[in-house]
Amino acid sequence: MLDEQDIMVRIRGMSFEYAGRKIFDNIDLDIPRGKITAIMGPSGTGKTTLLRLIGGQLKPSQGSIQVDGLEVPKLSHHDLYELRKRMGMLFQSGALLSDINVFENVAFPLREHTRLPESMIHDLVLMKLNAVGLRGAGKLMPSELSGGMARRVAMARAITLDPTMIMYDEPFTGQDPISMGILVKLIHSLNHSLGITSIVVSHDVAETATIADYVYLVSGGKVIDEGTPEQLNSSRSEWTTQFMQGQPDGPIPFHYPATDFRDELLGGGQG
Amino acid sequence: MWLIRNMGRRAIHSFQRLGRGNLFLFHTLMGIPQLFLRYRLIVQQLFAVGVMSLTIIVVSAAFTGMVLGLQLFNTLQNFGAEQSIGSVTALTLVRELGPVLTAIFFAGLAGTSLTAEIGLMKATEQLSGMEMMAVDPMRRVIAPRFLAAWVSVPILALIFSAVAILGAYFVAVGLLGLDSSVYWTQMQSYVDWDEDVVNGIIKSVAFGFIAAWIAVFEGHDAIPTSEGVSRATIRTVVHTSLSVLGLDFILTSLMFGG
Repeated sequence: MLDEQDIMVRIRGMSFEYAGRKIFDNIDLDIPRGKITAIMGPSGTGKTTLLRLIGGQLKPSQGSIQVDGLEVPKLSHHDLYELRKRMGMLFQSGALLSDINVFENVAFPLREHTRLPESMIHDLVLMKLNAVGLRGAGKLMPSELSGGMARRVAMARAITLDPTMIMYDEPFTGQDPISMGILVKLIHSLNHSLGITSIVVSHDVAETATIADYVYLVSGGKVIDEGTPEQLNSSRSEWTTQFMQGQPDGPIPFHYPATDFRDELLGGGQG
Repeated sequence: MWLIRNMGRRAIHSFQRLGRGNLFLFHTLMGIPQLFLRYRLIVQQLFAVGVMSLTIIVVSAAFTGMVLGLQLFNTLQNFGAEQSIGSVTALTLVRELGPVLTAIFFAGLAGTSLTAEIGLMKATEQLSGMEMMAVDPMRRVIAPRFLAAWVSVPILALIFSAVAILGAYFVAVGLLGLDSSVYWTQMQSYVDWDEDVVNGIIKSVAFGFIAAWIAVFEGHDAIPTSEGVSRATIRTVVHTSLSVLGLDFILTSLMFGG
């Protein structure tokens, strides 16, 4: 059981509906401070939505979401933006501003939130870019970057304001093995060297399991299982086994719900 | 039954959009005062939106003026009133064609560009990214574009009218042989500063407001897909054109209806 001060994000009885569909149904979840916590589950289960709820971009239908002791859905616009200065988020697409170069993208939060002299902004940006191995790419435009490089630039931008927490949305999706290895190393080193609380949303079991301290498995709007990667790998739950070992059929059916196949074939496409 | 249900759904959808649009406008206007501390953002957008529209406005104004000069000269000549071409041209342009055509051209060029830019920023999560960096996109992205578009339209409308008057002069005086002094004297005698020029400017300020609002709102409200952005740009042109024409009738009735 974690102490109150050891918890960075506390979610209690949280439900969220979108377009009449229940995405989360009364879930409880704790993200420990200074650790890497993975939220895993099949595609379309609302993992990214969970990050947006934690970041206050969406409001839950009911329940509580606390970040660093602050009740996010009840924060004023000003307080929410103050809290976000202490959060970083790495979007799946990188979300780099396409009309400015890599250097300016990383400098963007500094220019917006501080009045630091240009020489200091220059040095800070170079340090952040150096941390992700892209100090030499400062003059490139986002359109000239590979997917892996774009995510590393986004990572440099996410740590520019020295946040206490970073949320990674599917950081490994669509990456080649080398880029994936670099991203795994960066997430791990940022967490351990800076003590940043990290939330990694992913469905890449192998990579996530190598860095995560704790894993939540989410599906059908519920937390299905939780534990350390070792605990989940040796779990007897059919659902957990199917997900962790990538079995095509099991409690999560291979087929999307449909009418009877025979009836549909004999119906000849009518009705 | 189906028809009534469909009409009801469309009506609800339209009112919801109107409500969203008004809330959006409120937040945009709230972001404007802070822009004066960051005037560079406005200057950048004035260049992108206003200066980049200048070529098409000048070229279309020149041709509009030349066609107007030609048509008016031929028509007025039938009544022996070709001397009044200067005043008729100026009144037509300053009161009506300048503000209306500028707003419609602006919607087609800069308006669609703003809609597509904001829509794509939404689709590529740039706006969400800003929010998570504690930068309010309404203040950083929307408000400067809105203000720049709003300010640009009246200035472009004045330039449009001025260039079109020169275009008509070129045809009437240069090609068809009207006396130059007659052209300018007539214009000076019959065009009133307050009633004609100021009312024309008021119109173009109103049209600029509408064009800017629709362009940024459609971009922000676009479904974040390629098809969604494409439809949003179409809506920008259609809604701006219809709104400007409708508003023009109302303003004309109020200003010149007697």
